[in-house]
Amino acid sequence: MKKTILVLLLTTIAMISTGLTMAGGGGYPKSPANVDVDDMASLQRGAKVFSDYCLSCHSAKFVRFNRVATDLGMTETEVMENLNPLGVKFGATMTAVMTEDYAKESFGAAPPDLSLVARSRGVDWLYTYLTGFYADSEKTTGHNNVIFKDVGMPNIFWKQEGVKKAVYEEHDGVKTLVGVEVVEKGTMAPEEFDTMIRDLVAFLSYIGEPNQSYRKTLGIYVLVFLFIFFGVAYAMKKDYWKDIH
Amino acid sequence: MEQKSNGLMGWVDARYPATKTWEKHLAKYYAPKNFNFWYFFGSLAFMVLVIQILSGVFLTMFYKPDTALAFQSVEMSIMRDVEWGWLIRYFHSTGASAFFIVVYLHMFRALIYGSYKKPRELIWIFGMLIFLALMAEGFMGYLLPWGQMSFWGAQVIINLVNAIPFVGEGLSTWVRGDFVIGDATLNRFFSLHVAAIPLILVGLIFAHIVALHEVGSNNPDGVEIKKNKDENGIPKDGIPFHPYYSVKDIVGVIVFLMFFSIVVFFMPEMFGYFLEHANFEPANPLKTPEHIAPVWYFTPYYSILRAVPSIAGSAFPGVIAMGAAIVVMFFLPWLDRNPVKSIRYRAGWYKILVAIFVVAFIVLGILGTLSVTDGRTLLAQICTAYYFGFFFLMPIYTKLEKNKPVPERVTTK
Repeated sequence: MKKTILVLLLTTIAMISTGLTMAGGGGYPKSPANVDVDDMASLQRGAKVFSDYCLSCHSAKFVRFNRVATDLGMTETEVMENLNPLGVKFGATMTAVMTEDYAKESFGAAPPDLSLVARSRGVDWLYTYLTGFYADSEKTTGHNNVIFKDVGMPNIFWKQEGVKKAVYEEHDGVKTLVGVEVVEKGTMAPEEFDTMIRDLVAFLSYIGEPNQSYRKTLGIYVLVFLFIFFGVAYAMKKDYWKDIH
Repeated sequence: MEQKSNGLMGWVDARYPATKTWEKHLAKYYAPKNFNFWYFFGSLAFMVLVIQILSGVFLTMFYKPDTALAFQSVEMSIMRDVEWGWLIRYFHSTGASAFFIVVYLHMFRALIYGSYKKPRELIWIFGMLIFLALMAEGFMGYLLPWGQMSFWGAQVIINLVNAIPFVGEGLSTWVRGDFVIGDATLNRFFSLHVAAIPLILVGLIFAHIVALHEVGSNNPDGVEIKKNKDENGIPKDGIPFHPYYSVKDIVGVIVFLMFFSIVVFFMPEMFGYFLEHANFEPANPLKTPEHIAPVWYFTPYYSILRAVPSIAGSAFPGVIAMGAAIVVMFFLPWLDRNPVKSIRYRAGWYKILVAIFVVAFIVLGILGTLSVTDGRTLLAQICTAYYFGFFFLMPIYTKLEKNKPVPERVTTK
């Protein structure tokens, strides 16, 4: 009896695990972004890339310039001169240079706000996306993307990265996209370009949750406090309970 | 217990039952001395309630229940501009999930030790009402950040009302206050979430505890300690709640806070289960997310809903099943016909039935977070059948059990 039930239990567990593995599949594999939000130099470079390239069309309307300055260890002048193309106030938020109406006219849809994109998409997705453009003559932008098929955004980094083409693998007549390869070199060395994208993703991760580093530091102190408190409370419980048998 | 006291307490006690209440519910409330691990979750649930109320009060100071402002008030004001706002918000979002974890474990404790049986049926019923109120509280609170999952999760659940024949359409419009989920819906959910349901919850918890203290606590042996009293009328196996269980529960609270802090400080999204990734995008009624999943604590019931096939294109049978899955639990005290309370002294095969019930419940929960495939639907149907079989067949199988002898007094290791 017990054995039958045990077998039943084990089969159920096996069924759950198959169900879960099936859920994990699907879609192009994401490459790890390996970003470090505590690396100030990387974040500062990322902020510059963000301001030079992204801010032309995208906004980060929840992010204030003065907060970026404080968190990234930059002076007001540095931020106002390098990161603020529209010249808005130091305490104001990151607005796109392009107006929303113009963007809608040019691209069909307003480019999404990027304040929280690292939290909704994840850093690995962003890294894969930003390095995943390839030439596709069927698209009006001339490019397609490995992880965001038929994306409306043009490949803004094509000069730096060079032109890439898609690599397919064929199994039983089904073509699947497995990667990209460079067909025309860009102005940047591949490592240099990779670092730039990682810096940018690190900055996006930072603006997604500006407190994340501090949150973790504080968490350590809280746990240490609770650990000590636990020792005291446990000793008190032992002492009160010593007569209860 | 009449006693005269002097000084300030004497003055107060002559006018208000301060000492009397303290003694009745804490200092002279005799609880069985053999409480184990499972008995922490009642006090922990109370602790989480306090966390939710306190953090909620502060969030309400900065939150704006307006579809044009709600998302920004959470993701910009509270998470970035308000000092410590992010911490309070994570307390509240983690607290919501923690509430359901401790309540599910608290209910499981009642199930295995027969704490719902005579004379504790009302405690169980008040508890079930608390569970219902908590579900309403969680559901309405989830709409407030006005993210994609807030909107589409609410959309899916409110549309279930449409499945009710004849009155469904009118009823769902009445719930939303509009033909779509909009500003009216957000405002009423806010009102219900911060005022009406918390009041109901506190009232029900009060009744739950009053009923408990009237009949006394059950214990892992399922033995009534009031049957064995000493010459002073104090149960021989009872110890005063304060200081014994107050000092013990403090230890439980600290261990709980350690787990709670690990989530709050190191993984507040809990891999997308406590804060879903799609909820970091503002609600967009024109863009349906590719995969809509309710928050994890609703997924077992959501799975039951999806497992039941539609009849003539109407999801009504599924809605009935989902409702029945909760309603059936109210009847647990009368479904279980075995006079023995604790699982320790019940048949071995009953333990296995309970174990499979737990597995089925967890499987339903996992399936509810996933998209539907034929295999998964079949698995959900098997688990749903087991879920209902476990309760509906209970009056029959609990009579067939061969119990072990129940001890006269509580046992300790």
